[in-house]
Amino acid sequence: MMLRALPPASASPTAALPRMATRAARSGMGCVPSQMGPRLMGVRSFSTDPLAAETLSPPPGEIYTSEHLAIQDSIRRFVQKEINPHVDQWEAAGIFPAKDLFRKYGALGFLGLTKPVENGGQALDFTYSVAAAEALGEADCGGVPMAIGVQTDMATPALARFGSADVRRQFLTPSVSGEMVACLGVSEVGAGSDVALLTTSATKDGDDYVINGGKMWTTNGEQADWMCCLLNTSPAASAAEVHTNKTMVCIPMDTRGVSVSPRLDKLGMRSSDTVQVTFENVRVPQAFRIGDEGKGFIYQMHQFQEERLFCAAGALRPMQKIIDETAAYCSQRQVFGKPVLANQAVRFKLAELKTEVEELRALLYRAVAKYTAGDDVTLLASMCKLKTGRLARRVSDSCLQYWGGMGYMNETRVSRFYRDHRLFSIGGGADEVMLEIICKLGGLAPQMKGKK
Amino acid sequence: MITRSAAHSRVHRTFSRHLKVMVGVKRVIDYAVKIRVKPDKSGVETANVKMSMNPFDEIAVEEAVRLKEKKVATEIIAMTVGPTAAQEQLRTALAMGADRAVHVVTDAETLPIHVAKLMKAVCEKESPDLVILGKQAIDDDSNQTGQMLAALMDWPQGAFASAVSIKDGGLEVTREVDGGLETLAMKLPAVITADLRLNEPRYATLPNIMKAKKKKIDKFTTDELGVELKQHLKVLSVEDPPKREGGAKVESVDELIDKLRNVAKVID
Ligand SMILES: Cc1cc2nc3c(=O)[nH]c(=O)nc-3n(C[C@H](O)[C@H](O)[C@H](O)COP(=O)(O)OP(=O)(O)OC[C@H]3O[C@@H](n4cnc5c(N)ncnc54)[C@H](O)[C@@H]3O)c2cc1C
Repeated sequence: MMLRALPPASASPTAALPRMATRAARSGMGCVPSQMGPRLMGVRSFSTDPLAAETLSPPPGEIYTSEHLAIQDSIRRFVQKEINPHVDQWEAAGIFPAKDLFRKYGALGFLGLTKPVENGGQALDFTYSVAAAEALGEADCGGVPMAIGVQTDMATPALARFGSADVRRQFLTPSVSGEMVACLGVSEVGAGSDVALLTTSATKDGDDYVINGGKMWTTNGEQADWMCCLLNTSPAASAAEVHTNKTMVCIPMDTRGVSVSPRLDKLGMRSSDTVQVTFENVRVPQAFRIGDEGKGFIYQMHQFQEERLFCAAGALRPMQKIIDETAAYCSQRQVFGKPVLANQAVRFKLAELKTEVEELRALLYRAVAKYTAGDDVTLLASMCKLKTGRLARRVSDSCLQYWGGMGYMNETRVSRFYRDHRLFSIGGGADEVMLEIICKLGGLAPQMKGKK
Repeated sequence: MITRSAAHSRVHRTFSRHLKVMVGVKRVIDYAVKIRVKPDKSGVETANVKMSMNPFDEIAVEEAVRLKEKKVATEIIAMTVGPTAAQEQLRTALAMGADRAVHVVTDAETLPIHVAKLMKAVCEKESPDLVILGKQAIDDDSNQTGQMLAALMDWPQGAFASAVSIKDGGLEVTREVDGGLETLAMKLPAVITADLRLNEPRYATLPNIMKAKKKKIDKFTTDELGVELKQHLKVLSVEDPPKREGGAKVESVDELIDKLRNVAKVID
């Protein structure tokens, strides 16, 4: 499925301006990295606002201005103070206090980076989400950054872009301030990789939808106030129609007929609550629909692009940290009369992994720069997600090995990431699903006879 | 001890004029970075190293912002001496709540006396009522600039402040000294330097980060301020701290004392 990057949230006050001007005005930058000619690369550009202090544009190959760096700094401090001291406790409890934490994080404005100004956001471009995802990687677990990501970049992008002013006021504004916790309902017991197979359905009754079915592996589900739910608003009469019979609806989780299973017991991401949700004659106003009926699948495919780029960005810092911590441990741990790191096989392995993390970063920044410039990046985003899943597994597995018995202990961070990072190859589209997309868009799929 | 509201009203009475606060901001290697000495021993490696605002300066900025929130201060000017890139740290101060900034742009090595003289020049332009600096910078640990500035301006000083309040139109500064707390009363204008326990700096909020880039940064060269950066010191060599050697176990207290006396030579 080829998709163009969609325009920024319609309510943004600058939405009417041409894309380039919008971005420049927002970030104070004169030009966008992907559109800088080689001549312009590295040249500092100045804002058109004469009063504004100059913004240092990103160095070549990077995507962050000084504002991005300032935001990252603030987020890292938040993580160090408000998240990390509590992670062990949250991991043991199998849940973190989303309401409390989101309210604090929302008060700083970071739940609304890319969201429309009228909903309390700053209407910044997607590079800011990526910067935030990277900074959240400072957390000592994967679960809390993932939960924040669901709120900011997985359950809300479609609402921000296509939701009516009313539905945004009702669900987006409180999700930006942190008063409400959001969850995303796409996967079902019978439809994970093959999203089109989902069976949750809504029938119309007066001004309402009546919803039946259920969702599986719902992150934040236990604490969520509302769900961005993908469901069928008409039966698919033919195979082609599975892409056009779907609609996105905001479902308040306290609506009668919504029930939430006991928390699911997981291998990793233990700070994050995951549940199964069941809908039995759940009645919500049709006004809670996001955008148009029948466009839900397209919206979700678009939402997936941001989810996948967010996932890649979030994995960078933890991988870097694990590699560095492993090197530090191995330089003091003695085996056969010398530090573990004195073995070339060990440090070469770490050097190679470090190189691959930078490869992923380069691919991510390129994808993000193209995406913010308005290009379709389905192919690159899928490659990012694939590489993230694969690499995160290799980094945590290889590093854990060099910690020996300590690596197998729950007290070391490497073992937590070994469990947490295993998800990246499954959640948000499994590696194989990414490979299928890459085959299709990269011209590697066989031509099927008699099939379009 | 005066209550906050008492301080308020008294301040309003005393300062009908605008109380201007200047804070010093230094760009240093981030506290979390593992410092590496350059191979030629001329200094420490700063290329491709994360730089941040000196943590004590953050405390100074925070204190100024709190004075403004209490309506004691009406304007906060952040000032730095450093390369173009030091603008990032000014921006951080602006995002925390400073109103505008002064950047003395120089790539030269600066000693505390240079910075103090440049600050004096800026004080003469801006006439702040209060200057708050960090007690020291975590790179050179000099702990001199605030004291030198106070001397150059002939202003009272309260170094290592762990509490600051406005009292009777002047300042009351609590300092941590050996054996307890010392409380000083001083008139304004004055210089104070922030100790670790003065406050806990805030994280900048997103709206304030975005607003910060609209705030004004005035730039000066050292020549424009009429300060010559004369080098009084020459760095001969910068070395890593000695590597820690593995310890040894002693069998008895007597042996320990013997080792301390004859091997480590720390007692006699
Ligand atoms: C911790 C956690 C949190 C989650 N949070 C959410 C959430 O908040 N909201 C939500 O909607 N979903 C969520 N999910 C669901 C997640 O997106 C799905 O698990 C994922 O998309 C895979 O779907 P599935 O589990 O049904 O696997 P299946 O579709 O059953 O696939 C099983 C395996 O088959 C293989 N496979 C699939 N397709 C192909 C192919 N074309 N070729 C070859 N092999 C293939 C893959 O290896 C895949 O892993 C979460 C999952 C977990 C584990």
